[in-house]
This record gives sequence, C-alpha cells and structure tokens, in this order.
Amino acid sequence: MSLLVETRDLHKRFGGIHAVRGVSLKVHRGEVLGFLGPNGAGKTTTMRMITGFLEATEGSAWVDGVNVALDPLRAKTRMGYLPEGAPCYPDMRVEEFLAFIARARGFRGADLQARVERSIEAVNLTLVRKQTFETLSKGYRRRTGIAQALLHDPPVLIMDEPTDGLDPNQKFEVRALIRRLGKERAVILSTHLLEEVEAVCTRAVIINRGVVVFDGTPTAMDALAPASVKVNRLDHVFRQLTTSDESGGRA
Amino acid sequence: MIHRTLIIARREFLAYFATPLAAVFLVIFLFLAGLFTFNIGGLYERGQADLRPFFQYHPWLFLFLVPAVSMRLWAEERRTGTIELITTLPFRLGELVVGKFLAAWGFTLVALALTAPTWITVNWLGEPDNGVILSGYLGSALMAGSFLAVGACISGFSKSQVIAFVSCVVACFLLLLTGFPAVQDFFNGWAPRAVVEALASMSALIHFEALVRGVVDLRDLLFFVSVIVAFLFMNALVIDWKKAL
Repeated sequence: MSLLVETRDLHKRFGGIHAVRGVSLKVHRGEVLGFLGPNGAGKTTTMRMITGFLEATEGSAWVDGVNVALDPLRAKTRMGYLPEGAPCYPDMRVEEFLAFIARARGFRGADLQARVERSIEAVNLTLVRKQTFETLSKGYRRRTGIAQALLHDPPVLIMDEPTDGLDPNQKFEVRALIRRLGKERAVILSTHLLEEVEAVCTRAVIINRGVVVFDGTPTAMDALAPASVKVNRLDHVFRQLTTSDESGGRA
Repeated sequence: MIHRTLIIARREFLAYFATPLAAVFLVIFLFLAGLFTFNIGGLYERGQADLRPFFQYHPWLFLFLVPAVSMRLWAEERRTGTIELITTLPFRLGELVVGKFLAAWGFTLVALALTAPTWITVNWLGEPDNGVILSGYLGSALMAGSFLAVGACISGFSKSQVIAFVSCVVACFLLLLTGFPAVQDFFNGWAPRAVVEALASMSALIHFEALVRGVVDLRDLLFFVSVIVAFLFMNALVIDWKKAL
C-alpha cells in the first residue's frame, strides 16, 4: 500500500491557543479515514494544514510524497479538498463554477468539458447545473463542493463534513460514492456522525483538544465499549475518550 | 503563468457583471462624470475644445467609486469562505493577486471607455489636441489603477467590505492629499524647497495633472507603476501572512 498522506508532529498555535498538539498520521491508498472529535478539537485546523490553507506552527504535512509547505503548488495538484461548509461563489452557475475549477486545474477544450460533465454526473447535479449557487439547497451545495474536489481525479481527497446538511437519501448516495472513491485513493473526512464511520470508514481517528486519542479500525473502536453497552457503542467510546479529563461533565 | 493569471482575472471580471454592482457603478460613474464635466466644469461655456474639465474631477470621482470596486476583491472571499477554496487550488499567490487586480482594473477601464461620447463630442464641436486627451485618459487609467492596488491590499486584511471601503477611501485620500494646493501652500512659505518637492512627488494628484496637461513624463508613469507594484506586493504579503495566523 502506498503512503499518500503523512503528517509529522503537526502543531498549530493561534495566539495563546494551542489548537493542534502534535498530530502524526499516515494514510495509505485504499484507506478512508474518519476524523472524529468534539467541536473545537482541531479537526478542521489539521485538515487545513494538510491542504496548505494554514501554515503549521511546527511539524510538516506530506501529500503523495510532496511537502505541502515546501512545494505547495505540486501538493495542491495531488489533492481535492472540500472545505468546511462547502463554500462557493454565490453568483456562479454550477457548470460555470466547475468549468472555472477545471481551468484552474489546467484542463482545456474537450478535456475540460468532459471533466465537468463527469463530475456533474458523479454527484447527480444535472438538474441544477444551470442554477446559481445561492439558489441551491444545502444538499446541492455540498454536492457541488464534492464535485469540484473530484474533478481532477486526485489520489488524495480531503473532505470537511461531506454529508453535513444532506437528507438521509443524499447521505446514502454520498457515502456510497466515498466508499467507491476510497478504493483507489486516500480519503480523509471529518464527521460528527459515528454511524458514518461504520458506514464508510476503514479507519477512525479521534482527536480531542488537539491530541489524537484513538487511531484504529471502527471494529477496534467498537471493541473498547464494555459488553454491557448494547446500543450506540461507538458513541459510548467517543464520549469515554473525549470527556474523561473533564470530570465527566458532558457524558 | 500568464494564462493562469487570466483564469482568475476572467472569473473576477465576470463576477462584477453577475451582480447589480456593475450596472450601478457604471451608471453612477457616467452620471457624475457628465455632471462634473458639463455643469460644474463648464465644458461648453469655456469655449475650448479640450477635456480638461472632464479629467480634472476624475481623482475625486475615483476617490469614492474605485474603493467600491476594490472592496470585495478579498473581503468577499473571506466572508463566503471561498478564500479556502481558491488558495488550495494550484495557483501561485502572485497569480491570484495580479489576476484580481487586472479584473478590477479592466472593469474601471470599461467605465472609462464608456465616456468616449464626450471625447467624440469635443471632436465634433472643435479641433482638440487628441494627443493631450489620450494622455489624460492614460493618467486617469493609471490613477484608477493605483487606487485599486491600494484597495485590493486593504481588502486583504478584513472580511468586512465596509471596513475595506472606508479604509481605502482614507488611504487614497492621503495619496492625493500631499498634492493639495492648500497643503502645498502651507509648506511653501517656510519649509525647504526640497521638502515641498518631495511631498509633491509623493502625490498622485501632481503626477495626474501633468498627464492631463498632455505631458507624458517617464517619472509620472513610473510613479503610478511603482504605487501599483508596491501595493500588489503588499497585498500578497498580507494574504500570506494571514495564512500563518
């Protein structure tokens, strides 16, 4: 299995806040890594450092063998990124926007058109392709964001809450898509939904207050719950791992 | 590299026309330019076939209108979060900065081009020195470009377009201010000549007026080009600096 994403002892400080404290991860081809943690745990910050949107205070991130800080341009060609909230230009039509992304990714002419068509089909955007982004529902916005991340067929996909705001049917479709994509790529996705980890992830990483507190398969995570817990076993483990040092306040 | 810059410029340029901003800006600019030229500047009453009254008021028009064009360049990206998208696409920072600037500049050049009927009118009524008029347009375009570069840089700091607008008006005003007759007179009496001249050389107004008179001096051109380059460079630094915050 080839190593596609690696972070070595990543740290991020925002002024006096030490948001990420030494996150080291290795993600290989064929892995779908579910990034879990309470709000403010450092998931988004870690992902932003991998994509090069934020500079790490210490440590380094590598994508497909390229150091993100030293050769950002090359690193960016090797990954697709869905930022938090799936931002997009409100006045652009879906197909215009995807054509812009395709041009930015270096495609031209017939190849560009084919890429746009393929990504529109991959996430079922055909119905809304002529609509401007501001008129789209939350689900379609998210899917447009996923479409632009997939467009150049990158070996690495990084998605910040890809199924947030989707209805159950859309969630099902997007998860199926991610599973399919994950076979040939390295995928990192963050989520609040533990069911999602079971449904799509080959591996779960839990981060709490900027520190990795669990790294293993969903099955291994499940095994941490005592036998007496019959339902929502992952939720139980999640609470155990992320509230243990807070005198049990939130559990 | 130029191709990639133009990809950004094209998107930004079209973005102006995707909202009412373009129409509002163009109408207000043309209306005010006409008002100043004919009613206040008295183009007809002067009985001279030139466009001095037309260009004379451009710095003051630009002072309020150009920041309205530049304020959204980066602030909007920050507000909608698209800055995260665009800075993780494989663009160099310079391509983003220059592309955005070119789009905004292109847009103000469209506004300037739409004033051509005034030019045609004076040619119809008399025999103006078209070289002088062309030089005036060059001055006007460069002045708008300088203001836009200042505005783009300021827009990089904030996600509020209002803050970007107000700060840009103040900064552009300062850029004009040193050339005010009042400021010049204030220093003229007592300050060493070198100081007065140094202040004047820092003023966009002085360089602009030289061009409007039809004097195309390399130093005046160099002044505007340096302002544009310096502020675009600072713009890139601001965007890069925000990344490390």
